[in-house]
Amino acid sequence: MERTTLDLWVGAFVVAGIAALLVLAFKVGNLGTFNHNETYTLWAEFENIGGLKVRAPVKSAGVVVGRVSDIQFDNQTFRAKVTFHVDKRYQFPKDTFAKILTSGLLGEQYIGLDPGGDPDNLADGDKIARTQSAVVLENLIGQFLYSKAAEGNGEKK
Amino acid sequence: MPERLISTVRGIGHRVVEAVWRLGYAARFFVATLFHSGASFRRFHLTIKEIYFSGVLSLIIILVSGLFVGMVLGLQGYETLQKYGSESALGTLVALSLVRELGPVLAALLFASRAGSAITAEIGLMKATEQLSAMEMMAVDPIARVVAPRFWGGVISMPLLAALFSAIGVFGGYLVGVVLIGVDEGQFWSQMQAAVDFRQDIVNGVIKSVVFGVAVTAIALFEGYDAPPTAEGVSHATTRTVVTSSLAVLGLDFVLTAFMFRGV
Amino acid sequence: MASENLIEIRDVNFTYDVRPVLKGINMNIPRGKVVAIMGLSGCGKTTLLRLIGAQILPTSGQVVVDGQVTSALDREGVFALRRRMGMLFQFGALFTDMTVFDNVAFPLREHTRLPESLIRDLVMMKLHAVGLHAVWNMRPAELSGGMARRVALARCLALDPMLIMYDEPFTGLDPISMSVIGNLVRRLNDALGATSIIVTHDVQESLRIVDYIYFMADGVVIAQGTPEEIRHSDTPFVHQFVHGEIDGPMAFHYPAAPYGADLEVEAAHA
Repeated sequence: MERTTLDLWVGAFVVAGIAALLVLAFKVGNLGTFNHNETYTLWAEFENIGGLKVRAPVKSAGVVVGRVSDIQFDNQTFRAKVTFHVDKRYQFPKDTFAKILTSGLLGEQYIGLDPGGDPDNLADGDKIARTQSAVVLENLIGQFLYSKAAEGNGEKK
Repeated sequence: MPERLISTVRGIGHRVVEAVWRLGYAARFFVATLFHSGASFRRFHLTIKEIYFSGVLSLIIILVSGLFVGMVLGLQGYETLQKYGSESALGTLVALSLVRELGPVLAALLFASRAGSAITAEIGLMKATEQLSAMEMMAVDPIARVVAPRFWGGVISMPLLAALFSAIGVFGGYLVGVVLIGVDEGQFWSQMQAAVDFRQDIVNGVIKSVVFGVAVTAIALFEGYDAPPTAEGVSHATTRTVVTSSLAVLGLDFVLTAFMFRGV
Repeated sequence: MASENLIEIRDVNFTYDVRPVLKGINMNIPRGKVVAIMGLSGCGKTTLLRLIGAQILPTSGQVVVDGQVTSALDREGVFALRRRMGMLFQFGALFTDMTVFDNVAFPLREHTRLPESLIRDLVMMKLHAVGLHAVWNMRPAELSGGMARRVALARCLALDPMLIMYDEPFTGLDPISMSVIGNLVRRLNDALGATSIIVTHDVQESLRIVDYIYFMADGVVIAQGTPEEIRHSDTPFVHQFVHGEIDGPMAFHYPAAPYGADLEVEAAHA
């Protein structure tokens, strides 16, 4: 069976299609930057997780070091229990602070890790004791109004 | 009056029964196509020929449409985003819209109108000019020889076309957003890369396009095979292919999106 | 011991949906002969061909081809049987997406593992036998009706079949092409030692080339005989058919109420 120009066109088409897929995967998507490295698990409890979702990034100093893997409600402590994976390359001290932050003004929420000074590091399965919940807008406004009202009263006196 | 009511109801009932019957026949046809696919792979040159006719010949319409859709997304996206000061998110907007939805869906719709209608017309005409009967009389199963290679040709071409559509669409968005309007190039690509997840978005987009490929090609083949062997019959079958596969694509898109993008 | 008849149709009934097409028809096709089956359009001639090719099965009765009953064959058996037959469809039914060469080579490529060089020789031989080996590279769309039919004939002969069936081979051809096809049917049948069945309306051409003729009407055989016998037959239907008379058992006027009533002539008189 001889080769025909047809085969050439079909071959070129298939190559182009796969190339497009690869371009999408690497240049458009995050496959290139996504590390399939080993991770270890940490967890923390928050009063309020705000808009945090599963697969949200975990960042320290602004760099992505892990992902949120699970969010549950603890019926005993009435807090949110967030489990997340951290890249094995990065170790954090035992007194690390976990905060829920927002990227940009209206952006998505993520977990920020602020390292402390403890010489011992967190191990796989450890709980991060010190947490700060997400900022809830209504509470913020309430606080602001209340403090403004208190100021006003103080002045009057 | 009751006379007319009864005959209307009877007519509707008749039509429903016909439709169900036809659906069953179509399902049997689909299973037969899958069963007889051995030859499509053992004699792969048959399938290659069909990839050429469905895929390669649809390239121009896919690439041109993809480019324009990407450019429009860039324009419209910019218009809206700049009101909230979020022009830097343009890359994300263009890429996600294309990879998740517009790429697979629009490529499938275009594929249905170009390749799908061509397949229906071809098979319908082969039936009308007794070519399929002649093949049967020569002890060659037309489903194995004619239908199955076209099926696999379509299923293989579809995801490739969708990927090409999305890729060139992103490029179109880049052309308009960065080159023409002046959105920051670094922001365009970096935000896009941060937001488009390989597994969630790209793989799901590919899965969608494969499903659409199966649906469109199967519908096109069945309509051609079942067409009445007259000029009218074939022409109606061709329009039915385009309409039915377009509706199927949109319906399946909803179902798949609901499954895949739940809670994201 | 092979019977003298290649095909025997015994008391075959065939109903299409609710309409009975064949009603207990009996026919024998002897080996090595060219047999014509004639009758009005829609009398079941093509159905008969399809029964012989095992595309459909009789509602009752038996169709025996070369000693095998078609209804007893499984899929493999049916395909094996069809490989020994060739059928020429009314307008050729050539595959429009292939060249003439690929069309004739089709049965060879599908059913044999012959090398391309041998296939090439065979295809050229078959095309030469029908006088068309020069057009091997053309596409069916470029051929005239007569040429297309001849190429289709070459395709039928690719595997040297024992039985060749012709569905209205003379329809729509000019007198020269008609004569060419008729000539080919006869010569090729004798050269191959095959048996041929021609379903046709064309009386004059058939009478020239066939050995035996069956006349069908109403789902049964109403007359049969050699060309000589048929020419001199005095069965009314046969006479009308052979001589192309406009009135006879097949009436000119479609059955209806008297014409006068339609014109309301009676009313005017009254």
